[in-house]
Amino acid sequence: MKVCDCANLLNAKILVESENFEEDLQIACGSDLMSDVMAFSSDESQIMITGLVNPQTIRTAEMLDVKVIIFVRGKVPDETMQRLAEDRGIGLMTTPLSMFTCCGLLYEAGLRGKEAAL
Amino acid sequence: MLRSAIRSRTSREGGCAIEPLVRQYEIRANDFTHAGEASSSMKKSLSRLGVKAEVIKRAAIAMYEAEINAVIHGHGGMAEVTVFPEKVVIVIEDHGPGIPDLDQAMVAGWSTAPDIAREMGFGAGMGLPNIKKNCDELKIDTKVGEGTKVTMEVRFT
Ligand SMILES: Nc1ncnc2c1ncn2[C@@H]1O[C@H](COP(=O)(O)OP(=O)(O)OP(=O)(O)O)[C@@H](O)[C@H]1O
Ligand SMILES: [Mg+2]
Repeated sequence: MKVCDCANLLNAKILVESENFEEDLQIACGSDLMSDVMAFSSDESQIMITGLVNPQTIRTAEMLDVKVIIFVRGKVPDETMQRLAEDRGIGLMTTPLSMFTCCGLLYEAGLRGKEAAL
Repeated sequence: MLRSAIRSRTSREGGCAIEPLVRQYEIRANDFTHAGEASSSMKKSLSRLGVKAEVIKRAAIAMYEAEINAVIHGHGGMAEVTVFPEKVVIVIEDHGPGIPDLDQAMVAGWSTAPDIAREMGFGAGMGLPNIKKNCDELKIDTKVGEGTKVTMEVRFT
């Protein structure tokens, strides 16, 4: 699934573009706990879904080579976070949907978590 | 702010002198804006050296978790990263409260993280287990009232 399809599906606004936007993304993880993200998704997650908005969200994504972060519940990261993401080549978008609905729609569209992937 | 210094240390292995790259960083207590900069810098260094992405990710996760622990629990400290041709050795040292029961602390889900850390998305009690999982060697020296030193090694092959 491409990032633009994902944005359309979630009625999301793209905040930071990244060069990976044409890539086919297949694996996602969702959590508000950063160590959980690192524990259960460490290998291949390309999309991170979270309601947590702070610089450590971007840092965690950076460590994991996550390509796109989707902020749920309409959360918008501040300018500093956006610049940090841009600098690290991480795309950002925000959706008004809740975590549950966002994950459900992405799953239905074919995205999978690490354990069910490939 | 981040302070980083590069110095060289000469060691001899197999009769041939090699100079591992050593970098040091300051880690500041409760500074969630800059927390992770040391790990980010280490990650970039390994990328430049052409280390495999999968290996870099393991080193990055381990160092980042230990760095965050120094920020949250350890009252800040220092990081030292030494890159050898075949591995990276990362030491995170703080002079915080120390860990009274290390076996307990290693248990997945066990955490004493304060609210301020929880608000930042930490406190799952997964950091130390994550570190253990991602390192080839891990040594934790800790003493109550003196501090904690986490030494991690990740091999490139
Ligand atoms: N550097 C340290 N100094 C003092 N105590 C520490 C240190 N590192 C870890 N601990 C103790 O060990 C516990 C477990 O650490 P661990 O990293 O596994 O979880 P956490 O930091 O609480 O949460 P998470 O890492 O999931 O965000 C901590 O809650 C804390 O009590
Ligand atoms: Mg931790």
